[in-house]
Amino acid sequence: MIESVHLVRDQVRSGAQSAVEVCRQALARIERIDPRLGAFNTVTAEHALARAAELDRDRDRWSAAPLLGVPIALKDNLCTRDIRTTASSRILESYVPPYDATVVTRLADAGAVLIGKTNCDEFAMGSSTENSAFGPSRNPWAPDRIPGGSSGGSAVAVAAGLTPLALGSDTGGSIRQPAALCGVVGLKPTYGRVSRYGLLAFASSLDQIGPLTRTVRDAALTLAVIAGADPADATSSSEPVADYPAALTGDVRGLRIGVPSSLFETGVDGEVLRAFRAALDALAGRGVTLVDIELPHARHAIAVYYLIATAEASSNLARYDGVRYGFRSAESRGDDLAIMYGRTRGRGFGAEVKRRIMLGTYVLSAGYYDAYYLKAQQVRTLILSDYDAAFQRVDVVAMPTSPGAAFRIGERVDDPLRMYLADIFTVSANLAGLPAISVPCGFTADRLPVGLQLTGRRFGEATLLRLADAYEREAPWHTQEPPIDA
Amino acid sequence: MGTEFTPAQVTAIAALAQLELEPHEVQLFARQLGDFLTYADEVLAIDTAGVAPTAAVLTRPESERPDQVRPSLDREAALRGAPDASIASGFFRVPRVIG
Repeated sequence: MIESVHLVRDQVRSGAQSAVEVCRQALARIERIDPRLGAFNTVTAEHALARAAELDRDRDRWSAAPLLGVPIALKDNLCTRDIRTTASSRILESYVPPYDATVVTRLADAGAVLIGKTNCDEFAMGSSTENSAFGPSRNPWAPDRIPGGSSGGSAVAVAAGLTPLALGSDTGGSIRQPAALCGVVGLKPTYGRVSRYGLLAFASSLDQIGPLTRTVRDAALTLAVIAGADPADATSSSEPVADYPAALTGDVRGLRIGVPSSLFETGVDGEVLRAFRAALDALAGRGVTLVDIELPHARHAIAVYYLIATAEASSNLARYDGVRYGFRSAESRGDDLAIMYGRTRGRGFGAEVKRRIMLGTYVLSAGYYDAYYLKAQQVRTLILSDYDAAFQRVDVVAMPTSPGAAFRIGERVDDPLRMYLADIFTVSANLAGLPAISVPCGFTADRLPVGLQLTGRRFGEATLLRLADAYEREAPWHTQEPPIDA
Repeated sequence: MGTEFTPAQVTAIAALAQLELEPHEVQLFARQLGDFLTYADEVLAIDTAGVAPTAAVLTRPESERPDQVRPSLDREAALRGAPDASIASGFFRVPRVIG
């Protein structure tokens, strides 16, 4: 039932199925299953069918397109021209962008068919997709549990087979953690690898766009499509794009994997740790060498991350002021400008976004800037140096993606700090600008998915994908499907 | 570092952030901001003497592009998303700024 990007693409290429047939099936499945899961904010049925028909009409032109006829979903913080883009926020509930994000253009040029926009934590701020103005998404493995976040809707859509490919954004783990909790593959590329033009900014020194897929091979194919320099994003890198699909040789002999064991001594669920250790054994069986390493400052990553990310967010979100786009509070009509700003933002933003804007404003304010923000930036340097030192000795660093499996909806909404602490293994890659991938590595006794996270050198995606693919061949957890068709 | 927040402090931060908060939010954020900053105290204790701050991890200098005139976002398209605008006149409309 659940198909890969490659399979769908090959079927459309060979003519076994038309793009319109594939699109109809995807839309029918969304209609049948999504009311139970809440993965989508917007389904673009009409637009998708028209686009698929266009591909079918001009087969010759599209025959070599790498994503021909593949239905895709986009996190709802990626701008799509003439299609509502909400960031799951009231303040952008009816916002229709006048332009496409660069990744959207690249996917369209590769023959993909956009079928909808996925739910997320508001402005990508959260780890559970509960902070959405439109209600939570549900984990296909256990619908009373969270799918992770913030790209929760994208992870649910892929895990439940509503689409073989979705894009997410990752500022502190928002692709990898929901991928882990839903049992799919999630890749956060190197900072600068993928253009962010058209991504609604949360924390500009940390944000990166990447794919969620069922297989590592599909992630490699997608990265090859979306990676590369973009004149519209000054932070995108001109570093040459490697041939990622060709890197998946299955041969990982001689690779050295660093394991920062002392980080796992407390706070990690026993079942997660068992699955993680079994994954390391499986990799050792394929000829990698495991090396014990230290990342002495990694345990401070949560505090550093939330000081820096909220500071950047307080600045980035200043643009939502009820003037140029989105919501304006009706009660402020005729009042002065400052009241209009405050009322619009107070009504338009949800609790978590306000909490982070407040924290960020505080740490940037006079008298606290040096103590908090500057200090966090200095410790960020130390975290970066730890990784640089580790990569002198090893090729990849392995950790669990999340310290626990999916928790129940509502369980942590009143305790933001506890929610933040669950990001402990993912935020470092963003602070250091490194690529990292989460691949399924087993289940808990309750049949909840567990993820293995691999972090690589800057622009080392080819090695990372090769290793993740070799693991997937050794331990094909991705072939298991959630009990959603029952 | 003191990490107890009074309602007056929270209201002052909210004013800087252009956020009008409900009274219950002021109470809630006073507690939650305090909780987080108490936790973040661990970072303040780290010796960072002589350590340069990292603002962003840019990996190689980016190439420059030619400074050529190119089309930008159409004015009407830009105004169409506004909550209040006069597309004909080409303006966003806001509450009176000058008395």
